[in-house]
Amino acid sequence: MSTTILGASLAEQPRRRASLLRRMRRYPLPTIGALLLILLVASALGAPWIATHDPFEMNVVDRLQPPNADYWFGTDAYGRDMFSRTLHGGRVSLVIGIAVAVASTIIGLVIGVIAGYFRLADAILMRIMDGLMAIPGILLAIALMSLTRASVWVVVVAITIPEIPRVVRLVRAVVLTVREQIYIEAATAIGTGFPRLMLKHILPNTLAPLIVQATYIAASAVLVESYLSFLGVGTPPEVPSWGNIIAEGRLYVQIAFWNILFPSVFLGLMVLSINILGDGLRDMLDPRLARRL
Amino acid sequence: MTETPVLQVDGLVKHYPVRGGLFGRAVAHVRAVDGISFAIAPGETLGLVGESGCGKSTVGKAILRLVEPTAGRVTLEGEDITALGRAAMIAKRRRMQVIFQDPYSSLNPRMTAGDIVQEPLVNFGIGTRAEQRERVDALFARVGLRPDQRRNYPHEFSGGQRQRLGIARALALGPSIIIGDEPVSALDVSVQAQVINLMVDLQEELKLSYLFVAHDLGVVEHISHRVAVMYLGKIVEIAPRAALFETPLHPYTEALLAAVPVAHPRLRRKRIVLKGDVPSPINPPPGCRFHTRCPIAVPLCREVEPPLIANAAGHAVACHLRSA
Repeated sequence: MSTTILGASLAEQPRRRASLLRRMRRYPLPTIGALLLILLVASALGAPWIATHDPFEMNVVDRLQPPNADYWFGTDAYGRDMFSRTLHGGRVSLVIGIAVAVASTIIGLVIGVIAGYFRLADAILMRIMDGLMAIPGILLAIALMSLTRASVWVVVVAITIPEIPRVVRLVRAVVLTVREQIYIEAATAIGTGFPRLMLKHILPNTLAPLIVQATYIAASAVLVESYLSFLGVGTPPEVPSWGNIIAEGRLYVQIAFWNILFPSVFLGLMVLSINILGDGLRDMLDPRLARRL
Repeated sequence: MTETPVLQVDGLVKHYPVRGGLFGRAVAHVRAVDGISFAIAPGETLGLVGESGCGKSTVGKAILRLVEPTAGRVTLEGEDITALGRAAMIAKRRRMQVIFQDPYSSLNPRMTAGDIVQEPLVNFGIGTRAEQRERVDALFARVGLRPDQRRNYPHEFSGGQRQRLGIARALALGPSIIIGDEPVSALDVSVQAQVINLMVDLQEELKLSYLFVAHDLGVVEHISHRVAVMYLGKIVEIAPRAALFETPLHPYTEALLAAVPVAHPRLRRKRIVLKGDVPSPINPPPGCRFHTRCPIAVPLCREVEPPLIANAAGHAVACHLRSA
């Protein structure tokens, strides 16, 4: 069986192995989201080759130039090329979005499965999760930044920690529902051990909601990174990210609006495309909602 | 009986705590199963009947240790399995299998039929992959499914076919006893007959024993060698099939039998209508548990619990007024 990101839905309705094209026509909105996202990811990954200038190169003579043939998105206060900086800024957002989604999903999955399966662990773990949920992400980031040196990985940690409880709750809820199913009892009766019970019978059921949740987490991580950078507690200023480009540009917004326009548009499109994709995946993976489309 | 029974149950008890109060202490217990004993000989079928909520399904689950019994002893082929640890219990599951009531929820919807039947073989590492596949094909054929259906998913099967899958899964490990937890209650009548006949054929072929939990007396009469009647967590009567159906002794058994519809338009049976509901298993009545609804109860029944006493023919009844 094919193991695309849609693996879960294929497992659910294995007989309907529609071609990719048919699938795309059936779900136009997520297709648009996916295409847009692919474009943005490609532009970020390909930044070193696509970019017309070195994003760090300063041309004081050309400072605050409006968009023109040489500087497609104009230049900033130091005369750096905005087009190149915007593309490179996407790399940070991309790394953070993916890293946070993967880290919080994996950690949340492990904790959620334990909490859902073992009663005693449940009581303890869920109270810790409640505690974590009470920590505002931005304050945590500020605290972590003041304790350590600013780096992309500290930002990842700062955004991941408040996301974990949400994943844990989701996974725990699914595990609690599935563990009461008779086929779990049946599996115990035929001598299925705990590891196999988890991998074969319980985890596959968490996959669909988890994939959807991961997309939302990625979108929100991209946004939070830009808040943090904007506030000066995020990505270190020498690394261009959409957040700190916007933060630097806001000083000149009256005379050089393009300094915040282009990174903002890219940021908005990235978040929008991930959210559309996530919505679409939810509808596709949930047969009850799929009819509506 | 001179043979060692395949399964022997002594004083099986399962109480579920009812939690309440500030610290979730057990404030009461649901006495789902309250001291049950019986034995099943090789190749024998014991039918276990009773109305909803009398604890008959819990008996099956406690024997399988899908729920942990509160007290009592379960002996499988001469070995006490009540105190076995996790790993030792898994090993014992090869000898004792189960068929569930609901053929829809007892099969994992994300596994193919072949994987479902193969899983027990994988769990115990029986044979190579190819041998396992052969065995699955043989099992499919034996329960009346086509081998090419192994690639289908449970939702592509009908209720009767799914129950056949459940039977194939139970047979895969070659058990000596299968506990059927209302295995045909969810099927419609024509399919019930097919599944029951399959179970009877398999019993003869493989010398299986069955504990057949059901509420349908017609089905139980067809398949069982002996029948036990449960009321509120206790066995009130246990007897060979013919004795139980022809000369029921306990007033509750009489009432149950009187409720079976007769397949004849003009034939009328004497109706025994029990008044009231089954009392709560949290706080069962003192003395004989049936006295609140019993048409022949006397004052003694309210105070002293009648013991289950058997006669030479193996017909046992728990009643002060009727003896076997």
